[in-house]
Amino acid sequence: MSDLLIRGGRVLVPARGIDAVLDVRVRDGVVTEIGTALEPAGGRVIDAEGCIVTAGFVDLHAHLREPGFEQKGTIATETEAALRGGFTTICAMPNTEPAPDSAPVFEALMERLAREARVRVFPLGSVTRRRAGKELSEIAELAAGGCVAISDDGNPVADGRLMRNALALASAAGMVLSEHCDDPELNDGGVINEGRVSERLGLAGQPVAAEVAAIARNIALCEATGARLHIAHVTTARGIELVAGAKARGLPVTCEVTPSHLFLTEDAVAGPGPEPAYDTNARINPPLRTEMDRWALVHALNEGTIDAIATDHAPHAIEDKLCEFDYAAPGIACFETAAGTLLTQVARGELQLARVIEALTSGPVLAWGLDSREKGLGSIEPGGVADIVVLEPGREWTVDATAMASKGKNTPLQGATLTGRVRVVVVGGEVRWESEESDG
Amino acid sequence: MADETISPDAGSWRRKDLLDTDTLSREEIALVLKTAEAMAEVRSRPMPKVATLRGITVVTLFYEQSTRTRASFEVAGKAMGADVVNLTASGSSVEKGESLVDTVRTLEAIGADIIVMRHSKSGAPALAARTTKARVVNGGDGQHAHPTQALLDVFTMQQHLGDLAGKRVVIVGDILHSRVARSNLWALMALGADVTLTGPATLLPQTLVGASEAGRCRTTTDFDAAIEGADVVMALRIQKERQATGLIPSLRDYIRGYQLNETRLARAKPGALVMHPGPKNEGIEVAPSVAAGAASVIDEQVANGVAVRMAVLYLMAGRAA
Amino acid sequence: MSRKQLLGPDDIGRSIRRIAHEIIENNRGTDGLLLVGLLTRGVPLAERLGTAIKEFEGVDVPVGRLDIGLYRDDIARRINPTPIRPSAMPRDIDGATVVLVDDVLFTGRSARAAMEALLDFGRPRRVRLAVLIDRGHRELPISPDFVGKNIPTGRGETVRVRLQEPDGEDGVYIDSEETVDG
Repeated sequence: MSDLLIRGGRVLVPARGIDAVLDVRVRDGVVTEIGTALEPAGGRVIDAEGCIVTAGFVDLHAHLREPGFEQKGTIATETEAALRGGFTTICAMPNTEPAPDSAPVFEALMERLAREARVRVFPLGSVTRRRAGKELSEIAELAAGGCVAISDDGNPVADGRLMRNALALASAAGMVLSEHCDDPELNDGGVINEGRVSERLGLAGQPVAAEVAAIARNIALCEATGARLHIAHVTTARGIELVAGAKARGLPVTCEVTPSHLFLTEDAVAGPGPEPAYDTNARINPPLRTEMDRWALVHALNEGTIDAIATDHAPHAIEDKLCEFDYAAPGIACFETAAGTLLTQVARGELQLARVIEALTSGPVLAWGLDSREKGLGSIEPGGVADIVVLEPGREWTVDATAMASKGKNTPLQGATLTGRVRVVVVGGEVRWESEESDG
Repeated sequence: MADETISPDAGSWRRKDLLDTDTLSREEIALVLKTAEAMAEVRSRPMPKVATLRGITVVTLFYEQSTRTRASFEVAGKAMGADVVNLTASGSSVEKGESLVDTVRTLEAIGADIIVMRHSKSGAPALAARTTKARVVNGGDGQHAHPTQALLDVFTMQQHLGDLAGKRVVIVGDILHSRVARSNLWALMALGADVTLTGPATLLPQTLVGASEAGRCRTTTDFDAAIEGADVVMALRIQKERQATGLIPSLRDYIRGYQLNETRLARAKPGALVMHPGPKNEGIEVAPSVAAGAASVIDEQVANGVAVRMAVLYLMAGRAA
Repeated sequence: MSRKQLLGPDDIGRSIRRIAHEIIENNRGTDGLLLVGLLTRGVPLAERLGTAIKEFEGVDVPVGRLDIGLYRDDIARRINPTPIRPSAMPRDIDGATVVLVDDVLFTGRSARAAMEALLDFGRPRRVRLAVLIDRGHRELPISPDFVGKNIPTGRGETVRVRLQEPDGEDGVYIDSEETVDG
């Protein structure tokens, strides 16, 4: 493999305390040198002046839809979308058909991924068989097959006893359990955040208490078992407080937040006009919350309470969203807008750049121990894997869903102007994607 | 001649669709009510029918059971000479799983000028309105809005009370799940009335009314206090399934706290109006003696429904701007 | 735009009195007579005719009002429908001699609509048409029975009748666009 030199960019590797204008040399798929005034060695030179150079993003929560729901997305289309969004490693949720609940299904999935995926993919196994919440999956066998974490994704493990056992077994097998914290009884058919907008629009609400109660229970089970617990997409101010409290007590709890919940509120459902739009593209589970909750997440990210920004990228077919709000499938296709919204929030002064980068790179890697799978993942370090992203922080662009690589065009950001985007993405030392106007 | 004598108080109707009352201005509501007065006069003639909407096709597209709203729109359309086509979810392609969007596009293609839509899901008419060039009138969607019901309610109130500014209206029942309560609230607030929403704590909205509107709308669980001195008391239908889902312990418990009965009505202003959007559960949310009593204008509401819907169809029959 | 006054308050008063006389003469008295003003300005004109007839004959002639908005032939072509007000007939019109009263007769479409509207209230014996101004340019075969004043106009000109009751003054004006070559 030939030599690649990324020259003159602001290299930002928060975990290693690097934030300086530097050159990065890549050879044979690994980073070989970081320094100043590195000389080209005959390979490609990328001029990154004015750009941010950082490790490829690592996503702990994404939906690829294959196998089973190829009309919504495939491994090929969704990993291409991830690539364009700067995500070089993604953890794929097990809400597929079949669900990876046993070694044979998991192995078949790994083979498919090896053939089709455009970025590194670590698939999750399911906590329970068919994600039905009744009987546990073959947890140790999944771990032996290379599974990094288990989750029942959109189906919270309602049975507390089952959850306790799953946590203990997963931890013993060296895996994390990622839980969508939600109380289905309290939610009772809710489709958006319970509050001003739900009452105005006459939509059933999902109360904050449903998330908070589930987080509290799962933290208690984490404490009881000493097992690693990852709380997926925290959306509420009270929820994040509980996580901060658990961390302060030294419990092995980590958490993630989505770019959608950092950027949008429940108002996106009503839309900007005087008459409510019932924008099904803003339907997501857990729901977009209030401005107060959004600010709590922003603050928690800046403070370091949040380990990872995870996309919860969820592509859907047109007909899944072009319908009555109650019938619309929840989820936002956001691989290709995540960097844009996050950098926009940095440009607005809401989010701190170093914290955003950390939560997209080393944060998730440490949370799930992914560096044991691939040396240097989530970092730029000599001898480490060369997964690198070059970002243009000041670049304005307009979201156009039709131009997205994802099969899912379901974004509530259609037509929005964002500041900052992904310019070049390097996976394993190879320039795998660059934006059209990119020079060099 | 009339062409050259535009009345000075002539409001204008520029909306493509009528989805709710929440964005209607005081002037727009006044225009509908004034037009409805003229329609009520037409209904009182020896020949209670005009040919104004000849050549206009009105489709009533009902995804949810309804007798009075659908019949009311049908009579209104026919009284104005429109062709009225009734479509219900059963017995049509809707039952075969056709999507709302496809159904609405089909109706447009066959020449529907106005689609009157009833749907069990909130926001469905907004989706339909975005989908078609035909005009969409919301005939009630889920727990969201029922604008023509609210307009006929304020029309009925105005007939008895005149200007509604400062009048005290109490709405009692399952406010949280009621499209009638919501649309009435917005219309009444636009007309300057003071509204009190009352019902069991589990059936009251927490944040429906913003802080800026709080002066004109209150919510309380104390019906007996709320009804004191009221000009209008509107009882809402209580769905029996609220008991099964644990929102109310029992109908008996509900009746005890929230039935509009004679003892309670005596606390309202003398001559206060008793209203109900129907269909009513007599003996549950309203005592039979009150529903049939002198204060009740429930039958007038039904009659006025036709006039108000004629007004709405008339105002919506022009070429969409 | 230029505006020219055609009639003043005295001219309007004289026209109304003359039409009142003509109506009485034509009807051979006031038996079965019903005056029906077309909203908006036909209504005060009908009331004034009633007052004049009372003055001459000592009889109260009933006066009704008619809104013709629901009978227009251009509803579906308009972006904004005309506002509609209630019509009112003071008596059963069956067998009556109805005089429809309007301010200006132009294309004849309002008069046609008025006849259709009136017939929805019953079956009058005779229907007559009285107008303050006939400005010509008929599009339908309609001709008035009683006219205050015939005024030849251009198609692009506008005749404005202003009456005390709605407008605060009596006067008839003609508005015409300025012509560049004039």
